[in-house]
Amino acid sequence: MPTDTLPNPEKSPARSSGELIRLEQVTKRFGDNTVLDHLDFSVDAGKHVTLIGPSGSGKTTILRLLMTLLKPDEGTITVDGQKLFPATEKERREVRKQIGMVFQQFNLFPNMSVLRNITEAPVTVLGMPKDEAVERARGLLDMVGLADKCDARPAQLSGGQQQRVAIARALAMRPKVLLLDEVTSALDPELVAGVLDLLRDIARSTDITMLCVTHEMNFARDISDQVLMFDSGRVIEAGAPEKIFSEPEHDRTREFLSAVL
Amino acid sequence: MTWDWSAVSDFLPHFWDGLLVTLQILVLGSLVSFGVGLVWALLMRVPSRWVTWPVGAVTEFVRNTPLLVQLFFLFYVLPEWDITFSALTTGVVAIGLHYSTYTMQVYRAGIEGVPVGQWEAATALNLPVRRTWTAVILPQAIRRVTPALGNYVISMLKDTPLLMAITVLEMLGEARLFSQQNFQFTEPLTVIGVAFIVISYLASLALRALERRLAH
Repeated sequence: MPTDTLPNPEKSPARSSGELIRLEQVTKRFGDNTVLDHLDFSVDAGKHVTLIGPSGSGKTTILRLLMTLLKPDEGTITVDGQKLFPATEKERREVRKQIGMVFQQFNLFPNMSVLRNITEAPVTVLGMPKDEAVERARGLLDMVGLADKCDARPAQLSGGQQQRVAIARALAMRPKVLLLDEVTSALDPELVAGVLDLLRDIARSTDITMLCVTHEMNFARDISDQVLMFDSGRVIEAGAPEKIFSEPEHDRTREFLSAVL
Repeated sequence: MTWDWSAVSDFLPHFWDGLLVTLQILVLGSLVSFGVGLVWALLMRVPSRWVTWPVGAVTEFVRNTPLLVQLFFLFYVLPEWDITFSALTTGVVAIGLHYSTYTMQVYRAGIEGVPVGQWEAATALNLPVRRTWTAVILPQAIRRVTPALGNYVISMLKDTPLLMAITVLEMLGEARLFSQQNFQFTEPLTVIGVAFIVISYLASLALRALERRLAH
């Protein structure tokens, strides 16, 4: 794998000293439904954190708040020392440069070729010269095993291939944080392994911070430094994957794991 | 009633003039309606009532009053305020504006039909708002609505004779003039009737070909 195409943000003192993402007293309501209830949690730089829990427990909401697709009703969110909420849209744009997201439904741009899906944001947002963006995009496509699909349209690819392009597209922005929102849930079963293997490689070979919502418990066990068990908008248990998966302390965690494993 | 082929050949030079004017109205009117309709549709998405309310009111008004009244208004009333255009320009503006209030609804449906995930991906990639519209949302929305826009072009074709009322000599105007001068009504009216069918048929063929291309 060509490692020069992978995001490799320079290690700054802030990173090595730990905390990259911090949520303080974050509350999010949808109507009468309180999805997150005064949630506090933080993620250290370079860590791979998996959020597990029953659906509706607020895992995806956290990723969407970090991507600024949602606004919290209360609380503050900080990324790398910069405020994401509360902040002006201009400040948020700056912070957002450090965050990439891969979606359940891929969300590739169907009107663009695979290559342009990947080069669009580096060129228009980061101001990267087109030649350089194309070269890097080709490198990333090579890494995800789709070097021959540069000129294809997303609709011509399988779901697994589309998701691998979406991962390449997110990495092309060299984010410090990668948010993975149930990235294999919409895939046919035989395509899941390819995507998960790719993510394992990325987790192993880069220092990118990952926040991952998944129902693939084996994958979570493999890549995670920390697993957070959510229930009703709160973290009810947190710890190393070995501990959470083999000796969960909380009854709800045990129930949940026995249901999904 | 007898059919006189010599009347047809006498009418033909006038017919070509009229055809040219009809096609001009159709092409220019369509371009106005596509452009202005898109502007209306985008203005209606500005998150401020100070924009959406007046735009909504104006476009409702234009859509719900007859094109003929609008033609008369622009042609006879505007000159009283010293705003004068040629009859053809006035006609193109009126028919284009009138149809823009329909195309705006087509665009709106197209824009709303773009999946929310496309907006989210654009945000996740930090694309600026303008770029999100021009590179992601509008290309998908317009592709979706091209067939519907094409149908309005065919509709507009059938409204072009209304411009006769403000002295534009399009096909019907030429036919009427010829008839009144020669007391021969059957031939010129039949010729332009056939011409309307042929133009709409060709337009619908072109539209279907375009739809097929866009489907891939």
